[in-house]
Amino acid sequence: MTTNTASLVDRHVGFVHALREAGLPVSPAEGLDAARALMVVDLAERETLREAYAATLVKRPAHRPGFDLLFDLWFPPVISGTEGTAVTEGAEPRELPELRERLAELLMGDPADPAFREFARAMVGRFGQVQAAPGRQSWFSFPVLRALSPETLVARMLTAMLDERGGLPEKVARWHIARTIEAFTEAVASDVRRRIAEESGVEKIARSAVRPPIDQVDFLRATREELARLRREVYPLARRLATRLSIRQKRGRRGRLDFRRTVRASLSTGGVPLTTHLRPPRPHRPELVVLCDASDSVSTFSHFTLLLTFALREQFTKVRAFAFVDTVDEITGLFAPGADVLDAIARLTEEADIVRFGRTDYGHVFERFAERFPDAVGPRTSLLILGDARSNYQVPALGTLKRLAGQARHAYWLNPEPRAQWDTGDSLATSYGSVVPMHECRNVAQLAAFVETLA
Amino acid sequence: MWFASPDEVRGRLAAVDYLADDGIATSVFLAGALGKPLLAEGPAGVGKTQLAKAVAEATGARLIRLQCYEGLDEARALYEWNYKKQLLRIQADDGAWDDIFSEEFLLERPLLKAIRSDEPTVLLIDETDKADVEVEGLLLEILSDYQITIPELGTITAERRPYVVLTSNATRELSEALKRRCLYLHLDYPTPERERDILLAQVPALPASIADQLARTVATLRALELKKSPSIAETVDWAHTLLALGRTELDEALIGETLGVVLKHNSDQVRAAKELGLPSR
Ligand SMILES: Nc1ncnc2c1ncn2[C@@H]1O[C@H](COP(=O)(O)OP(=O)(O)OP(=O)(O)O)[C@@H](O)[C@H]1O
Ligand SMILES: [Mg+2]
Repeated sequence: MTTNTASLVDRHVGFVHALREAGLPVSPAEGLDAARALMVVDLAERETLREAYAATLVKRPAHRPGFDLLFDLWFPPVISGTEGTAVTEGAEPRELPELRERLAELLMGDPADPAFREFARAMVGRFGQVQAAPGRQSWFSFPVLRALSPETLVARMLTAMLDERGGLPEKVARWHIARTIEAFTEAVASDVRRRIAEESGVEKIARSAVRPPIDQVDFLRATREELARLRREVYPLARRLATRLSIRQKRGRRGRLDFRRTVRASLSTGGVPLTTHLRPPRPHRPELVVLCDASDSVSTFSHFTLLLTFALREQFTKVRAFAFVDTVDEITGLFAPGADVLDAIARLTEEADIVRFGRTDYGHVFERFAERFPDAVGPRTSLLILGDARSNYQVPALGTLKRLAGQARHAYWLNPEPRAQWDTGDSLATSYGSVVPMHECRNVAQLAAFVETLA
Repeated sequence: MWFASPDEVRGRLAAVDYLADDGIATSVFLAGALGKPLLAEGPAGVGKTQLAKAVAEATGARLIRLQCYEGLDEARALYEWNYKKQLLRIQADDGAWDDIFSEEFLLERPLLKAIRSDEPTVLLIDETDKADVEVEGLLLEILSDYQITIPELGTITAERRPYVVLTSNATRELSEALKRRCLYLHLDYPTPERERDILLAQVPALPASIADQLARTVATLRALELKKSPSIAETVDWAHTLLALGRTELDEALIGETLGVVLKHNSDQVRAAKELGLPSR
């Protein structure tokens, strides 16, 4: 890496700009903090440089993957055609079987070993370049992975790692291999990006390569893998939501004066009641009723909200959960504390009576809910409705919803659709929103923001 | 000067049995070099509190700790007048009224204590997320200019800025303003390789092969979707348990029997036993 001052400043400015473009909220003051950090660390230590930037500019874990990707582009570990790369590439064996042998060795070891990334880079150099269009070469991951085919090495590695197959040791070994294969795939992808950046400029590739941070992934468009990561966000959020709702209920309740303790304490100060003792406030019992759209149009969202409901179940003393499509059923039992949440979601579709014809009908659902569960919503209840307010042109039953909301202490509606699509087609967002305040809730960031507004 | 380089941080923390990776070493170094507070955020039991203690121990600094909780207020965090003592003084001698707002009647709380400390001090503001939002405003003020104004006594400015570590479990988002003021360190579960080293540092009697197996097993457990993933602290407990049982081989039966040390929820134990194919008890 060059430590030429002018080029370092340019690089710094370009990098900070790219971070902002990728959605990281880097303030001017933080940019200056980073610059000050650069003056006290050894710039030749690449990982120190990375962490110095991270400590000063990245204040949310969800932003870290995008940050790392951009750091690798702006501060590449090697530059093609320089001596360093030529030497390592030359040092690797040339024959494919030997290469696979070497890969297997690396995959069984520690992916943080520098040799691991060096090998990945050499393999991209060897296999990664293909004809993208007539007369135009470009770099790709897939030919590298196809040539080396790490998945087909698994059996061989297991044999090498284990005395005998089966049981927990095999599970643990498989998990290790899965992790290192993932690391290898990522190392290959990263080197491919680096080479593309060298050839056609870093800005362009940076823009196309960064995925939105997990807290900005649209619920309705989450991939399976993202859904799994979203699940991990659920528990902290549920805890936060629970705290928020209970604080709202507690506000202004300081506890009554404990007269006897106050008088007794005053004896030590000659009868002057210097210290007042309050009775502890009565433990609050927040109650929550969740009504959750479980139809297919919102399936990734409802998957997430069911998890949220489940997590909330553990935070509130009294939670009742209901799911609906075109009719509504109570699912509290399926979500009993201690139950396995993924099981519960699977059982939901079989055991709960939530579908008649299969097309969402909010109006019918509200009528049915009021009729079947007349005491569910009371003056201490927070009512939370989760759904897209798309009702297939059925009767809305606004009056019923209004009555339910009126009975509750608070009522909120979280809608996973972009606000711009509200009221289009069969959406009843504005009508329902006039009765129960409706919040756009497309991603974890918005859900978290909603939770904060409850304070 | 707290540390000369990230490498020095690594070495000195290791000397007090705290193993730092690149992220920890660099941010701990920068917090000292730039004089900025360090916010360490992450799940329970990954060494956030221990980090502050290790920095104090490694540098021979005094550790002052402000434990946050719901309802923490200025009187507990900053200072308070000893109202009782003041009133008694008023009752006792009728002349000396003017000096009841003097040092003698001041109850020093952790933040004031850290600002006034004239020896090297590590101020640990632990579990910041548990405190109410108003406390953040107070912290922000103090961490901006390291001074405290007590109307009756005047402004007290730190002669020697304390080394400040804030920790948070992220049960709620801390304010943007506070985060901007701090250097940020996300502490997460370590890689199995690093956790093995932590085990060996914390439980020196543990055979290396068991440490390795334990670390990889815990990593596998964390990959399951559990309600509460095992923390480093729990891995360390697990190692102690195995030693106490006098076992030097880790087999499935033993893991099954002792799973409760690392998994506290019954449903997590059931799930893990099922996914890992452990013999059920
Ligand atoms: N890097 C490390 N090196 C050595 N030991 C560590 C390290 N990280 C964690 N530990 C071990 O983990 C234990 C738990 O750490 P600590 O209590 O600091 O966790 P915490 O993150 O503050 O958790 P909580 O959020 O529950 O307060 C420590 O006592 C120590 O044994
Ligand atoms: Mg702690």
